[in-house]
Amino acid sequence: MERKLKILCFAELGEKIGKCVEISMETEITVSGLIERLIKMYPEYQHSIQSCMIAVNQKYVKVDTVIRSDDQVALIPPVSGG
Amino acid sequence: MINFAITHEVIDVQHLIESVKDRNCGAVCTFMGTVRELTDGKKTLYLEYETYQEMAEKMLEEIGNEVLEKFQCSKIAMVHRVGRLDIEEVAVAIAVSAPHRKASFEGCRYAIDRIKEFVPIWKKEYGEDGANWVGCNCLRKEG
Repeated sequence: MERKLKILCFAELGEKIGKCVEISMETEITVSGLIERLIKMYPEYQHSIQSCMIAVNQKYVKVDTVIRSDDQVALIPPVSGG
Repeated sequence: MINFAITHEVIDVQHLIESVKDRNCGAVCTFMGTVRELTDGKKTLYLEYETYQEMAEKMLEEIGNEVLEKFQCSKIAMVHRVGRLDIEEVAVAIAVSAPHRKASFEGCRYAIDRIKEFVPIWKKEYGEDGANWVGCNCLRKEG
């Protein structure tokens, strides 16, 4: 069954590609698989997407982490708080 | 005890200090990050901060726990403001109490360093010649 995965985007990336991007996924996807999909969707922002860390359910994760469609996924560009 | 928040309001630094005072502490160390007008000779008019609030608040709590575990600190309070901030306004404030000054300085420094490195907050600088996101210089449209 096809499901939609929502990805939250912030800062400049959020302005460019939207604050919430949806992709369809059939089963599970790894973080590195997700990054590849996003780069295919937005090739002009490849560099930006690659500079992001990925958070799943509000925690930074490694590239081999498996994402499920009900996870809260976010692209985290280099931070600049403080 | 940890007291942390992301807020849209002006930060009440005195309230933050009061919240970490302790009868067994001889030191309260505070840090304030304020909006600077000149950066490398360029004038900033104001800043806009954005956050992933749910995650940022969790991370502030985690950092607070780390400070209390790693250093001999008793209480910590951290607030980061988001939205529009004008020059000289306080963007982030930290107060740490400890029995002795050394631990309070160390804990406070550790907290701000961790915030600047990991907590999902971003600032957009509005200058005389336009606006740009800080820390995201790699975010340019290629080609």
